[in-house]
Amino acid sequence: MRQLLNTLYISTDEAYLRLEGETLVMSVDKVKRHQVPLHHLGAIVCLGRVGMSPQLMARCMSDGRSIVWLDENGRFQARVEGPVNGNILLRQAQFRAADQVDKALMLSKCFIAGKLRNSRNVLMRSARDNPNEVEREQLAKAAKALAINLRNLEHAESAASVLGLEGDAGRVYFEQMNTMIKPAMRNTFEYKGRSRRPPKDNVNALISFLYALILNDCRSALETVGLDPQLGFFHEVRPGRPSLALDLMEEFRAVLGDRLALTLINRGQLQHGDFDYREGGAVYLNDKGRQTVVRTYQERKKETLQHPVLETEVEIGLLPLLQARMLARYLRGDVETYIPFFNK
Amino acid sequence: MSDLYLIMLSALQHYSYCPRQCALIHQEQIFEDNVFTIRGHLAHERVDSGESGVEYGLRVERALPLFSERYGLVGKADVVEFLADGTPYPIEYKQGKRQQKLHDEVQLIAQALCLEEMTGKTIAEGAIFHHKSRRRRVVALTPALRAHTEQLIIAVRQLLLSAQIPPPTTERALCENCSLVEACQPDLIASASVIKRLRSQLFSVEDEA
Ligand code: SF4
Repeated sequence: MRQLLNTLYISTDEAYLRLEGETLVMSVDKVKRHQVPLHHLGAIVCLGRVGMSPQLMARCMSDGRSIVWLDENGRFQARVEGPVNGNILLRQAQFRAADQVDKALMLSKCFIAGKLRNSRNVLMRSARDNPNEVEREQLAKAAKALAINLRNLEHAESAASVLGLEGDAGRVYFEQMNTMIKPAMRNTFEYKGRSRRPPKDNVNALISFLYALILNDCRSALETVGLDPQLGFFHEVRPGRPSLALDLMEEFRAVLGDRLALTLINRGQLQHGDFDYREGGAVYLNDKGRQTVVRTYQERKKETLQHPVLETEVEIGLLPLLQARMLARYLRGDVETYIPFFNK
Repeated sequence: MSDLYLIMLSALQHYSYCPRQCALIHQEQIFEDNVFTIRGHLAHERVDSGESGVEYGLRVERALPLFSERYGLVGKADVVEFLADGTPYPIEYKQGKRQQKLHDEVQLIAQALCLEEMTGKTIAEGAIFHHKSRRRRVVALTPALRAHTEQLIIAVRQLLLSAQIPPPTTERALCENCSLVEACQPDLIASASVIKRLRSQLFSVEDEA
């Protein structure tokens, strides 16, 4: 199985990256701070104001190493692209499929089935870990509700009903967010309902940042296999919106994002001081908090899980790429259907 | 200019190794390095240098651009020696052992077809140079080999024009040495029954909590 290469996250403001022999050198104010060999790097993600030499970019492109820039909160800004990229036949197939209502519906159901199954797993796992009987039952009840929505999803006949089932499941799931947080942590981490732009509490700030990292990994995975991240099946197409990356991400929110957020909170790895509280109510992770999250995210990606289709252990970080590839295979008529990733 | 759909000389070799490999590389544009291809690159470094000159009294061209309008081929020859009368003598460099099928031969014959068209000379033979054993094996351009190569060119063109991806090879031993095995996922394609079963269970979960 292909090795998961490291992703280098650079979040130091005003850092400059350049090529030196077979290594990447990071300096700030012309002072060398880090030097890493290139051959273990699969991708470079720059968070915030980070510069890079054209020589390093060219080298990464010829090696097939991706480079992206995200802003401090993980939102996509730019990406460097090499000369050979993607496959026009695949994109054609993707565009044609998006225009076929039944195909698009089938794929939407698959992405959301993955999401519901994995979200349900998070609930059940939290239920197992929760010593409080009342809360345990509450979590189990929510898991049951998700199972019902999953079953109804199979028979959904329109995009609107898929959206309805997904929205309903999301509400049920997020209602349990506070129950999944350990009582001792509930003072610092109180989830007050989903808020995105901007996040208005610590929990939202944390999951928004994690989702941004996952979205970026999905986007890169799609670009790597040659799919167009902007044309999705479930998420509506809007200029500037990576709707296929958002589609693919549905399978990974719970596995890569929510579970990790709960771990970071419940193990006390993040505290009040890891966030910035802005005038008027917006909350973001600060520098220190982001570092902790990025480090834990990287560690999580190295853990392995059993892949339901491939029936082998795979690194979690490879999942977006494997799924993107399977999606490409399906779109090119190589396999009969698309199977989302789900935890057994 | 002919309006034949141009194919790369290397596509012939890929096709004769495994048609799916040919489609993955030339249509899906997938190329993944592994030890085998990296070793191949190293073996080719000298060859790719594009140096030419006179060696042992023969004119030698390395990395010579090749083309044939008649067959719609483009590519490069590792090494072409030119005999005293100007007749080209193509030499195909191989890092591995001799292949069972005619992959290497086909590659050589296709190069010869290009060279014949480019120079107007008739080529009677060429050679395959095995890096490991450092041996040259002479290959005669027999009518049978020519016909085989011409048929292969037609088959490759048909495949690439069809924009279809053929199924994985049934000779699974080939997959073990294939640089595309990660991207190709022959096991995934072969696991149609797993996919079918998962598909039928996708929307239901055992209700334990
Ligand atoms: S992995 Fe096997 S089936 Fe796939 S391209 Fe290579 S040889 Fe062909």
